[in-house]
Amino acid sequence: MVSAVVFIPLCAALILLFIPREEEEITRRVAFGATVLTFLLSLLLLVEFQSDTADFQFVERFSWIEDFGIQYAVGIDGISLFLVLLTTLLMPLVILSSWDDIHKRVKEYLFFFLLLETGMIGTFVALDLFLFYVFWEVVLIPMSFLIGIWGGPRRIYAALKFLLYTMVGSLLMLVAILYLAYLHHAQYGTVTFDLLQLHKLTIPPETQIWLFAAFALSFAIKVPLFPLHTWLPDAHVEAPTGGSVILAGVLLKMGTYGFLRFAMPLFPAAAHAAVPVIMALAVIGIIYGALVAMVQPDLKKLVAYSSVSHLGFVMLGLFAFNVEGVEGALYQMLNHGLSTGALFFLVGVIYERRHTRLISDYGGLWKQVPVYAAVFLVVLLSSIGLPGLNGFVGEFLILLGAFGANPWAGVLGVSGVVLGAVYMLWMYQRVMFGPLRHVENTKLTDLSRREVAVFVPLLALMLVMGMYPKPFLIRMEKSVEATLARIQLARPLPDPTTPGVERAGDRDAIQEVSHSATD
Amino acid sequence: MVPISYHLVLSGVLFTIGVMGVLLRRNTIIIFMAIELMLNAVNLSFVALARHLGSLDGQLIVFFVMAVAAAEAAVGLAIILLVFRGRETVNADELNLLRW
Amino acid sequence: MEHSHAALATVHAVSYLRFIVLFPLLGVLFNIFAGPRVGRRAINLVSPGVVLLSFFFSFAALLQLPPGGALVDTVYTWITAGRLQVDFALRVDPLSATMILIVTGVGFLIHVYSTGYMAHDEDVARYFAYLNLFTASMLLLVLGDNLLLLFVGWEGVGLCSYLLIGFWYTDDEKASAGKKAFIVNRIGDAGFLLGIFLLFWSLGAKGVWTLSFAEIQTHAGLLAVETVTVICLLLFVGATGKSAQIPLYVWLPDAMAGPTPVSALIHAATMVTAGIYMIARLHFLYSMAPTALAVVAIVGALTAFFAATIALVQTDIKRVLAYSTVSQLGYMFLGLGVGAYSAGVFHLMTHAFFKALLFLGAGSVIHAMSDEQDIRRMGGLKTKMPITYGTFLVACLAIAGFPGLSGFFSKDLILEETVASPHGSVVLWLIGTLTAGLTAFYMFRLLFVTFWGETRAPHEVAHHIHESPTVMTMPLVLLAVLSFIGGYFTLVPFLAPVFGGHHPAHVSALVKYLPTVAGLAGIGLAYQMYVRDPAMAERVAQRYAAVYRLLLNKYYVDELYDRFVVQPVVAASQWLWRVWDTVIIDGTVNGTAQTVAANGLLLRLWQTGNVQVYALSFLLGAMVILGYYLW
Repeated sequence: MVSAVVFIPLCAALILLFIPREEEEITRRVAFGATVLTFLLSLLLLVEFQSDTADFQFVERFSWIEDFGIQYAVGIDGISLFLVLLTTLLMPLVILSSWDDIHKRVKEYLFFFLLLETGMIGTFVALDLFLFYVFWEVVLIPMSFLIGIWGGPRRIYAALKFLLYTMVGSLLMLVAILYLAYLHHAQYGTVTFDLLQLHKLTIPPETQIWLFAAFALSFAIKVPLFPLHTWLPDAHVEAPTGGSVILAGVLLKMGTYGFLRFAMPLFPAAAHAAVPVIMALAVIGIIYGALVAMVQPDLKKLVAYSSVSHLGFVMLGLFAFNVEGVEGALYQMLNHGLSTGALFFLVGVIYERRHTRLISDYGGLWKQVPVYAAVFLVVLLSSIGLPGLNGFVGEFLILLGAFGANPWAGVLGVSGVVLGAVYMLWMYQRVMFGPLRHVENTKLTDLSRREVAVFVPLLALMLVMGMYPKPFLIRMEKSVEATLARIQLARPLPDPTTPGVERAGDRDAIQEVSHSATD
Repeated sequence: MVPISYHLVLSGVLFTIGVMGVLLRRNTIIIFMAIELMLNAVNLSFVALARHLGSLDGQLIVFFVMAVAAAEAAVGLAIILLVFRGRETVNADELNLLRW
Repeated sequence: MEHSHAALATVHAVSYLRFIVLFPLLGVLFNIFAGPRVGRRAINLVSPGVVLLSFFFSFAALLQLPPGGALVDTVYTWITAGRLQVDFALRVDPLSATMILIVTGVGFLIHVYSTGYMAHDEDVARYFAYLNLFTASMLLLVLGDNLLLLFVGWEGVGLCSYLLIGFWYTDDEKASAGKKAFIVNRIGDAGFLLGIFLLFWSLGAKGVWTLSFAEIQTHAGLLAVETVTVICLLLFVGATGKSAQIPLYVWLPDAMAGPTPVSALIHAATMVTAGIYMIARLHFLYSMAPTALAVVAIVGALTAFFAATIALVQTDIKRVLAYSTVSQLGYMFLGLGVGAYSAGVFHLMTHAFFKALLFLGAGSVIHAMSDEQDIRRMGGLKTKMPITYGTFLVACLAIAGFPGLSGFFSKDLILEETVASPHGSVVLWLIGTLTAGLTAFYMFRLLFVTFWGETRAPHEVAHHIHESPTVMTMPLVLLAVLSFIGGYFTLVPFLAPVFGGHHPAHVSALVKYLPTVAGLAGIGLAYQMYVRDPAMAERVAQRYAAVYRLLLNKYYVDELYDRFVVQPVVAASQWLWRVWDTVIIDGTVNGTAQTVAANGLLLRLWQTGNVQVYALSFLLGAMVILGYYLW
């Protein structure tokens, strides 16, 4: 079933190739149908998912390149489940939103998106490091083309920057992956890229540091962690709306997912050593992203920098190394996918009508487009973490976890909550409130039915995830605990003579979850 | 019997003439002929060595080379012809489109 | 455990408390989705109606409240992650019962009043959607059974405040005021969140993982005093934001940009008292931390005094009331800070009555004066608006502490406790008493300038002055009655199960009567300055021009914040973006790319395009390699 979810988009992409170029409507329908089908299938995964185990479920495994021990192995656990769902949910919306907007090379546009979807889902479900790397790279190419062909004026620069930046990181990761396989050969006599097998390796801490660094660099670029973030604003600004949505909604999560799935559990000792550095960078990212977002004159750039800030939160939660923080980080990944995805959709909506993204070209839009403004408001509130909407749950858990791990990280992180409100509300005021200053804006039309259809599922999810997060959190819990148990066991037990709030808690966690640690 | 070294020296001389032709002449057709000369120089050493060593392998390869040379001559001349049609020249100095 | 008795008392599980929150939420949905279509009459009926329903349910809860116990309605488990489990559970005990009755009762009256006040506004559905949402959030705030649910309501009311202040969004200044309110509140909320975190982890370190009030109360004794002090101070930061205390009070005066009923409901009667409620709710923690209590008391007293001094010279009717609110909230914090929690809550209640009345009265005046808010252009409204004037007078007397009216009882109780309580001090009492005099003065200045004397309005405005319609005057009258008799509600004994038994304070006659005397003196002075000798105010202002200017400009606090906080942050952000991000980071990235490109540029000179050159280099290369091996 997982394979079906992964490859339906690819099959649809291949089918698209046989549809004549003139049949735009049919092309769109096929692509939309395929993504909806994928989404429905992934819902089946959700229904049949067992939340009481940390093991991988729906595992499919067979040999791919036997000579090098490379397998095709996919499976889902509580960490990847919702990321897959997020991807499959956003894709139909992206295609729906591009219906009236993209008229240039429609077939290729949809082809690349479908290819992208296969790559993204594959990245989240791959259990073999080689397979993971393949999917990881598969994502790169269509995204670069999407930016480079359908992008704005500086699209080539942005696409190249995106491609090269990511490539630099992933090549180092490839080296590290090969070294892991070599280590396995040295220790067990066989070459394998199987994640669960590689978990068993004993890697000396000095080696771990290097391997972790290689993985972490690749993931940190993708996240993006300060100061490796500068590709993001360029890519976002130049990318077409759908590209920005997927870029922010899903691609960035591949980085944070990589940390949680690979970098942290494979190299726990190194992960512990890296905590101060990464926490510091995460906190800097939170504040820095927010401050820089505040002074952006361009809507898309503002949202892009806000992503830097939000992903800083996610990293902070991940490296809190407690269940609260990590679950919060996972939750925040979904939140960010929904709210930032929706924000890019929203920017796309007015961009298509007015062909400008400058905040100063707007003002007083509420009067003109009230439904749009109301949707924008809800999305914005979700983004700044207003209780009752999804963002709050994630942010609260992350900050709670971070505070438990390191109170200062919590204190500094909380300032991001304030700054988030500052840049978002200021932007909202300049776009929506005040008098309608520009004559061109009086011709703006409110959301069309198709656009409403894009936003309704997003808004509904924001509300549900804010009001009733329990079903989501419960499905994550076991996998998060198991992952943390792996990480925690590597850490020398804390000195009992130093009382600290976080220490006592963590030891409880070890006792609670050590029995459920799998593999 | 003529010593093997005579053949090889002749082959070397022919090859060098070919190389010089390729490097120094500007007319592509001449360059082309120089290449053929180089090929045949090698052919000569193959045949000579085959006879010297009493093995048929060298002779066999010569046939291959000749076949390849024939094909190359056909394709190469066609290219030169097309280039001449398009650009009215076969001077190598002027055919530098693959430049930085 | 001295404080654990409340947690152990009778608790009845019920399942109707959720409806108290739900009804206004339904109102929100109605106003959003049906409102624009169904027309004004239906909106005017439904929006106050849902609040009335909540009021009935609240009243039912009050009647069912077991003596000394509580009602709990656990709806579902909201968040569960690791050791954190937060239930969506509502709880009614005497404290929250008081609060929900105030919120729904006063809230209902203000909803009714709004139907009249907003009768000519085209966006009435949006207005009531916000107002209903506010009511729901406020009810959630006071009903929440745990700290996180309280925080949900806390932020929810902040949002509604933002939306309602900026309700007339086409005016940039109003939109800015809303934004300011939200951001300043967020600063407080950051402190509040940190307080929650510290509480959670410190209790967790003792093996208790909870955010529920009852359990916190049971286990609070496990915590070290220093920890509790820090927690209380962090939470108090949140309170200074929401309840407009020094240093975060600056948003409240600006918040007057919203429609006047909003100012009455949110910025006088209910939302701004959330901080008071929160501290009263966590009184057991504050009682453990005398330092934190002292900070609360001092901040409260100072805010009360400074806000009152600013109110002396303001000329915008709503701004006077806003500073008065800040000042009165300071009183409440003073009460809490000296450990007289029930006195603080008592004053919260009476203040809700008379300050809501004052704002609604002001609204009535503004409505009549065609949206004029400057009292220098009013005057002489006494005869033209008798009901508004009469009720306004009652409210002024109540806030001035005139004997027999509600404010007299609650304010005196706070001041008496300030002296009598072990946490109190005479200095604080002195400040409080002085403030009582100032309060009476500026309130009656407002009353005299607005209602007495000759009208100073332009002719066309004066011509239109009329008494407000019944939907607006009826709430005024009801609130006037409450302001009159509110002092006789036996709130202190009623709250005893929550705060512990109340020992009537024994204080000297001087302490008992001086505040009242100060109040009467204030009224007298106002009468002298604004009625008998109207030129006197001018003379005083000229005589003390520096002080006058300082007060008129509100001690330049907004300017200071702008100069030392806002501008540096914006400048730093600009620098971070334009220099750090664009030049340094991106410069490094692009520099790397350019270095590679430059080297490529050099290397490609090799690529002449002349096949013979390639052949030559090929030959040379072959010879070099051959030569190397043959050497």
